[in-house]
Parts: sequence; structure tokens; C-alpha cells
Amino acid sequence: MSILVRNVSKRFGDFVALDDVSLDVESGALTALLGPSGSGKSTLLRIVAGLETADAGEILLAGKDATALAPQKRNVGFVFQHYAAFKHMTVRENVAFGLKVRKRPKAEIADRVDELLNLVQLQNFGHRYPAQLSGGQRQRMGLARALAPEPQVLLLDEPFGALDARVRAELREWLRQLHDVVHVTTVFVTHDQDEAMEISDQIAVINHGKLEQVGSPRELYDEPATEFVMTFVGDAQPLGDVLVRPHDLELSAEPTDGAVEAMIVRVTLLGRDAKVELHDTSGAEIVALMTRADFDDAGFWRGQNVWLSPRHERVFESA
Amino acid sequence: MKRVLSRLGLRSIALAYLAVILVGPLLIVFWRTFQDASAAWDALTTPETIHAFKLTLIITAIAVPVNTVFGIVCALAIVRKRFWGKGLLNAFIDLPLALSPVVVGLALFLLYGDDGWFGGWLSEHGIQVLFALPAMVIATIFVSLPFVAREVVPTLREIGDDQEQAAFTLGASGWQTFWRITLPSIRWAVIYGVILTTARCLGEYGAVAVVSGRLQGETETATLRVQERWEAFDVAGAYAISIVLAMIAILVLVAMTAIRPKEERA
Amino acid sequence: MVFVGLPLAALMWEATSEGSQSFWDAVSSPEAVAALKLTVGASLGVSVLNAVLGTITAWVLVRDEFRGKIIVNAIIDLPFALPTIVAGLTLLALYGPTSPVGIDVAFSRTAIVLALMFVTLPFVVRTVQPVLQELDPEVEEAAHSLGASQTRTFVRVILPNILPGILSGVALAFAKAVGEFGSLVIITGNIPFQTEVSSVHIFGRIESGDSAGAAAVATVLLGISFLTLLSIGVIRHYATRHDR
Repeated sequence: MSILVRNVSKRFGDFVALDDVSLDVESGALTALLGPSGSGKSTLLRIVAGLETADAGEILLAGKDATALAPQKRNVGFVFQHYAAFKHMTVRENVAFGLKVRKRPKAEIADRVDELLNLVQLQNFGHRYPAQLSGGQRQRMGLARALAPEPQVLLLDEPFGALDARVRAELREWLRQLHDVVHVTTVFVTHDQDEAMEISDQIAVINHGKLEQVGSPRELYDEPATEFVMTFVGDAQPLGDVLVRPHDLELSAEPTDGAVEAMIVRVTLLGRDAKVELHDTSGAEIVALMTRADFDDAGFWRGQNVWLSPRHERVFESA
Repeated sequence: MKRVLSRLGLRSIALAYLAVILVGPLLIVFWRTFQDASAAWDALTTPETIHAFKLTLIITAIAVPVNTVFGIVCALAIVRKRFWGKGLLNAFIDLPLALSPVVVGLALFLLYGDDGWFGGWLSEHGIQVLFALPAMVIATIFVSLPFVAREVVPTLREIGDDQEQAAFTLGASGWQTFWRITLPSIRWAVIYGVILTTARCLGEYGAVAVVSGRLQGETETATLRVQERWEAFDVAGAYAISIVLAMIAILVLVAMTAIRPKEERA
Repeated sequence: MVFVGLPLAALMWEATSEGSQSFWDAVSSPEAVAALKLTVGASLGVSVLNAVLGTITAWVLVRDEFRGKIIVNAIIDLPFALPTIVAGLTLLALYGPTSPVGIDVAFSRTAIVLALMFVTLPFVVRTVQPVLQELDPEVEEAAHSLGASQTRTFVRVILPNILPGILSGVALAFAKAVGEFGSLVIITGNIPFQTEVSSVHIFGRIESGDSAGAAAVATVLLGISFLTLLSIGVIRHYATRHDR
């Protein structure tokens, strides 16, 4: 099901959470809303779900105006950062909740719950209570619960934010695989660009309530539309007037036309890469990344003066 | 060494304090009553005393559910909704705790008495409030108002409304969400509040003393009867009723202790 | 809100119904003044006693371990669970004319203090307990490692943190004590000018049909209750200032 966001604005008191945001979410895709804390991405998600109302603008679900529709009627599944588990119900009862509310027959509910518990690999935990589960298991339950009533859209609000790094990475991968099986339009909110880049089909970058850019991960990385996108998605640093990525810096032992002079202050060898930290003539820090092979070939050493020129650069109008 | 001494010292002070003020007096009454158990039993089974107990129970049976519903509704309003006058509502709920029961009784007396604001209208329609059950119920409701609300508010606040939002997205209506999600999540706070409310209703004296007229066999509650028996020099009678009330109080303490950890964990 | 507000409005109305002069007369009658002085004085005294003994009790309950602590903890709530009239009776049994240990303070001001101690016992204990529980032991350890003695640590580190708890407990105890009725009715004998507190005085005024006079004094008590509630709110606001 497609989601169309049209000119949505929202403020909380004096704080502008969303400023005239418009977005087309591809039907069936896995889309990320990416941005720093306070950027408005969670607010947007919640407006799509009907848990908040926009001050202005419209939300269209499958082409129909859903702006004033209550969350109960939108048929969206929502997964919360802190699980929002029904603590007094077992895992089975949690997952069955959406179906019970729709008054489906008991046998049908039981089958569907079994199906979903298998899907999220919690089949042996059906009779446990959320308090007895780990964070990752609770979130898988949250996912199963949201999927049970066959929603047309699945929304996840920083779903892995409360989990530790290893579990986060596992579940991230697992969400992608789930999406490949279940094929429901999925939108998830994250502040972690690695997470967005790794699993999404489409990323919408939001900052200070404004949409900066929408595109595939490759587009965002190779062709960032704004300075913010370039520095948020991947690393970027200023070199004079331009912005350059660390691995796009060419180091030369000889002076070159238009190159910037800098001294190598530290070299760290990280597996396949070599990270070279430099100070330019004004003392500003610059980081260059190259392969070990290239580094060894060039034979750079600490204290050496080199000349830096960018391979690809981007120039943005100063804000 | 000094630390051990000071620890034991403090402990003794605390325990002595409790013994002198609370435990000692209670034990004496128990002891005295059971020395002459048959007199106590006779005193308990007079028609007036039985009626007094019945009356106390009836009043409690009305006041507790009313205050429970009221408490839950108020707690929901205070925690979940925004409206003008919220701070005022909060303060009003706490007010009965700070008021003297006699002041409460007087206020109701002035409101419902024959010369009172409502009194004229009521007596025209033949409804008797004062010196009858209705006034006693109203007084008891007033003094036991805060307990359920005060217990539920912090619990509701701590739980947050994530679970309720989740229920909405899963298709549950407001009412369904309340019954299946909100109420179960606050059930221990409600139960604890109900226990406190019940104890307060059973033990109310001052406000009811003012509005009831204290007619034996008609508008005398158990607590009023204790005082009546004492003034009639029926020490055994007064002690006997007190023992029953004290035993109920101990049951209340046991219930509170049993439920408190569940309430805190929620 | 209507339920609570209306009776109180009626009260204040009646209090002033016979004119402000008679209001003043009722409030300033020698008996009323004596009762008020006694009430406020005793309540203040009891509140201070509670502050000390209640804090010690809370400390013992939180920091000390001994068999039967659960029972001791439960007993603290007895004044909440026991009817006030029964409380008065039990105190009279132990400390009155028929006392098995020979202490007879019935019909004296000591009896008032005793009864008020009973009914206000839980307040300071219960407001200080959770604060003490929350106190991070590491803060005390830090103080000790920096050289502070037990007493100094208590005064400088612990006390400031539990002070709001003590104060709000004291305020609650004061409010309860000022209005206390049931436990005093039997044990004090209600002797005007000697052992009659304001609540009993008001009751007497009602019984003799002087509603206006009763209402006048009641309004004074009402004012004291409001002030106390207000101060509790202020204390709470002050106590959480570091958390904001």
C-alpha cells in the first residue's frame, strides 16, 4: 500500500517538529526515516499511524485521505522502541490481541498466532510473560503482534534503539529478511545511518523538521543533495571550500597544483584500511582513508608533509 | 564497635517508640477483653451492637465502590488529559486528608440541614438526608475520597501510555483498551487503594458523629457505639467492639503488607 | 470537585452569616482561643517529636536488618487502619486510671500529646522511607573516602536529601493533628481551657445549636488546613528542583 505525505506540518508549543514535509513512500518497499534526535522523524511516523495529528497537511493511505482517521481504523501495524508489551498478558495473548479485538474465531486466532510465532522464532515462548523475555525477544514479539491483523503498512519507531549493539545488528538483518518474506510496505525510523544504509530500499533524510533528501542508499551516498546529507550519511569534512569524504582524498608526496599541504600526525592500520590523520597548515584536523595496499605502496610515514587533493568533491551553497 | 552500638541504639529507640505508642496499648485491650471473654461476647451480640456493625458495613459497601470508580476516573483525567483546572482537581482530591472530620461533618450539616442550602428543598420533597443514612454515606464518601486516586495516579504515570497506543494501532476502541489494557495494568494500585479506603470507611468517627444524630439502633455506627458504650460505663462492651475493629485493622495491615510489593513492582 | 467544594462553601457562608462581628466574637471567645492555642501548640510539638522519632524509625527500617522487620514495618500503618476512637480507648487502657503499669495521664495535656503521637506516627516515617531507600550508597561512600566522619556525612550529605521528605511528613502530621477528634474525645475529658482542642470545641458549639459560632472556628481550622496543603505543595516543588 502506498503512503503519501503531503505538506505535513506539526509544532509542539514553540517547537517546530515538522515543516511542510512531503514524501512518497513506495508500496512494498522498506523505507527508512533517517535523522538525528529531535529531527521530527518519529513525529512523522506517529502522524502516519494516527497517534498524533498534523497541524496542516494530509496523509493518504492507498490513495484515500486518512488524515482524520483514528489509528484503530488505519490498519497500520506499529512497533515501539520500548516494546509497549502488554505486561499482564502472555506472549500468545499479546500476539492475538489485534485479532481478538476484531472478534475473529478462536481457531483462526490460534492458527495465526502459531504462524507468527514461528515466523519470529518464538514458538517455544508462547506461554511466557514479557518480563521473562530478553529485549530482542520482546521486540520480535512486538513485531509478531503488529503483523497479526495483516496490516497494510508496518511502522517501526527506532525498533532496535533499546537493544545492545550485537542484538541490534542481528535484528536489523533479520528485519530485512522478514520484509523479503512478508512484503508489506514498511517504514522505520532510525538515527543510525549504518542501519538505514544496510537494509533499506529507500531512505528519507530528515533534519530540523525538514526533508533533506529521498533516495536509494547509493544515491544518498554518491549524490548527496545537501551538506547535511553528505555529513550525516557517511563521513565528510571540509577541505578549504569544498566537502570531501576521507577515502576520496588523494595523498601525494610531491606538491601538486591546487593541493592543500598537511602533515601526517598519526597512522592507524585497521585491517584492510589505513587511517591517516593529518593537520593542515592552520592546525585543522583532516582524516584520509586508503587501503593498506595503497598506503604500503606509497610508503608514507608519521611527520611527513604531503599534499592533498580531492578525487570527488561536492560544493554546497553555504546555509 | 561504636557503629554497632549506635545501630543497636537507634534500633532500640525506634522499637521502644513503637511499643510505647502503638503496640502496648493495643495488647492491653486484647488482654483485658479475653480475660472476660463471655462478657465480651454478650456485649457484641446485643441487637443495637449488631445493628451498629451492619450499618457500618452498609455504609462501607456503598462508599468504597463509589470512591473506587471516582478515583480511577479522576486519576485517568489527571494523568492522561490536559484541561484547565487540573491542578485544582488534584488539590481538591487531597483536601479531605487535611480536614478535620468535625469540620467536614459541620459543612455537610450546614448544607443538608433544615436551614441549609439544600435542606429546604429536601424536606419539601420528604427526603431525609441529615440524621439518617444518606448523610452518613455522604460524610464517609467525603473523608475516604482520596485514597484510590492517590494510589493510581503515580502508577498510571509510571506505566505511561505506550501500551494504550499499541492497543489503538491494533484496532482496540477506547473502551476495549480501558478494560483489557489500562485496568489490568493498574489493578494492584486499585486494590491497595480499595484496602485503604475500606479501612478509612470502617474507622470513620468525627464526621459521622456530627451528621448522624447518633440514635441507637438507627443511626449509630460501630465506632459511634464504642463511644456510646464507654459513656454508659459499659467498659466490656466498648472493649469488645474495639477488639473486633482492631482485628479488622490487623487484617487490613496484613493485606497492605501482602499487596504493597506487588503494587510497587507494577 | 463540586462534591467537595459545595459543603466547604456552605461552611464559609454560614460562618459569616451573622455578620463579621459575630464571626470575630466566636473566634475570639476565651474558650475558642484557648482551644486554638492548645490545638496548634500540641500539634507543633507532636510534629517536631515526629520529625526526630519518625526519621530514626525510617532509618532503622531502611538501613537495619533484623528478624521481624516486616512485621515492624507493617505495624507503622496501624494508625491508618485503626479507628481513631479505638486508638483513644487503647491508650486510655494503658495510660489511664486502670493502667497496669501505674501511669495515669488521662484528662491531662500529656494525654493529648500521646493521642496525637499515635495518629501521626506513620506520616514522617512513610515520607522519609522512600527517600532514604533511593539514596545512592555510593554518595555516602564518596563522602567517607574524602574523609568525612559518620556524623558529618549525615549532616552534610544525607540530611539535605531527606529534609524535604521530613518536612512534608511533618506538614501532613501537623494537618492531621490539628483536626484530630476521635482519639481525643475519650482520653482527654475535653475540659474547656485545659484539655479541649478546637475540633472538640467546634463539636460542642454544634451540639448547643451555635452553628455560626462553630462555623467561624471551623473556618479558622480550614484556613490552617489550606496553608498546610499549600506548604506541602511548595516543599514538593522545592524538593524536585534538582531533578528539573
